[in-house]
Amino acid sequence: MQKQAGKNGSSETPVLTVENVSYWYGTKQALDDVSFKVFPGRVTALLGPNGAGKSTLFSLITRLFDAPEGRIEICGKSAAQWGAKALAPLGVVFQQPTLDLDLTVKQNLRYFAALRGLNRKDADRRMLAALNALDMAERIGERVRALNGGHRRRVEIARGLLHDPKLLLLDEPTIGLDDPTRRAIVRHVHALAKSENIGVLWATHLFDEVEPDDALLVIDRGKIVARGDAKDVVAETGARDLGGAFRLLIGGEADEDVAA
Amino acid sequence: MSTMHYARAFVGIVWRELLRFLQQRERFLAALVRPLIWLIIFAAGFRAALGISIIPPYQTYITYDVYITPGLLAMIQLFQGMQSSLSMVYDREMGSMRVLLTTPLPRWFLLVARLFAGVIVSLFQVYAFVLVAYFCGVELPPLGYLAALPALILTGMMFGSLGMLLSSTIKQLENFAGIMNFVIFPMFFASSALYPLWKMREGSLWLYQICLYNPFTWAVELIRFAFYLEINWTALGVVTGCTVLFLALSVWAYDPSFGIQQRKVGVAAG
Repeated sequence: MQKQAGKNGSSETPVLTVENVSYWYGTKQALDDVSFKVFPGRVTALLGPNGAGKSTLFSLITRLFDAPEGRIEICGKSAAQWGAKALAPLGVVFQQPTLDLDLTVKQNLRYFAALRGLNRKDADRRMLAALNALDMAERIGERVRALNGGHRRRVEIARGLLHDPKLLLLDEPTIGLDDPTRRAIVRHVHALAKSENIGVLWATHLFDEVEPDDALLVIDRGKIVARGDAKDVVAETGARDLGGAFRLLIGGEADEDVAA
Repeated sequence: MSTMHYARAFVGIVWRELLRFLQQRERFLAALVRPLIWLIIFAAGFRAALGISIIPPYQTYITYDVYITPGLLAMIQLFQGMQSSLSMVYDREMGSMRVLLTTPLPRWFLLVARLFAGVIVSLFQVYAFVLVAYFCGVELPPLGYLAALPALILTGMMFGSLGMLLSSTIKQLENFAGIMNFVIFPMFFASSALYPLWKMREGSLWLYQICLYNPFTWAVELIRFAFYLEINWTALGVVTGCTVLFLALSVWAYDPSFGIQQRKVGVAAG
């Protein structure tokens, strides 16, 4: 397992290592030699327009399908070597809603807890803590179908945190949410990364979800075209803000695909 | 991963499937009404027209409704297998399949657990139907109700794994109705569910051959013999072989390295 000097100079072990990963759908290349690391306690934003390869990358990290080229390690365990076991420290919130609409919040979370091997008592305790943190505890007995989009997202985030993951993957988790809910989720996840020392990989195409101190990866057409702290990436391009930097980096396509 | 993790995940998967089943009362009613129509209306008409000679496992003349009961039980399980696969396609489209597939447990285990969950649901339906059939006058050997349980588990697994295999090949939920029509009805009609094979041979030799190669025929015969405390070894071999084959192909189809799922569970955007 590699160690690197962290932001504050301390030695940190990455919770996610992606190295030289390429992927094709037939003859169409979706990812081209992608490499990066995610460190604990930090949010790494993966910023790119629609179709840039973010969701493909997430599918490979979560082993929905295997990467034929390159290496992916979660907390030092290679997915190719360890198989499904490598996914144990991983929490995921997919772009697509994945809750069972006909079950209650509690039933959904209990199902997930069982899949993660938690006993009923532990599951209930963690469930309450996670829902409390997201102001959702009072909705625990309601069917998911009765919740609005923002509340469903909160439940999905609570579910992703139920087993105390070391790495949290969020694939455009705020899509379709109103602005206040979106901002609340962004704030909560950033606070969580620091307080629980979780490494977060946040795929987004919305600039305002990236904070200046976040690690930033800009992806376009399957390639990482810029990396570094968000504020440094902006400074290096000479742009006024992240939106401007992004437009420069991906050649002016941001207006159509990416919103501020 | 500890044994306890496997056990909890297994219970969790079965529990979710049962919860979903209990919430869909219409599904339970449909599962009962469909074979009851066959038993009460169809069998009543055919009782007079069609005589069943003494063929194994029967040791005496039986009425037609007794004859078709094992076939109707297999039909319930076939429908449940397809329903379960429909639910997998639905889960895939709705995204909840991803939650299952990103669990840190082997893919084959998750699929087998899901398969068992469907079998347990089918057993509830089967025994509810057998109870109603009993009150409609269909009496089977008392010990047969228990002796048929292993056969029903095996046939349920065969139909479930067939459904799972189909679910891996279906791209969209809308395509499923067509697939069901192409699978359920041919399998049911071209089998020994409604007529004994010898009668089929009298009518049409080629149809008889089709029936012989239809796994549904052997599922029906396995259940029929089990109710009379006998084992039809050919049926046991065919049903076991088909279960292993369908399950192996499903595990392959859902495997992240070799399978065909990446074309479907893959990416919506980005």
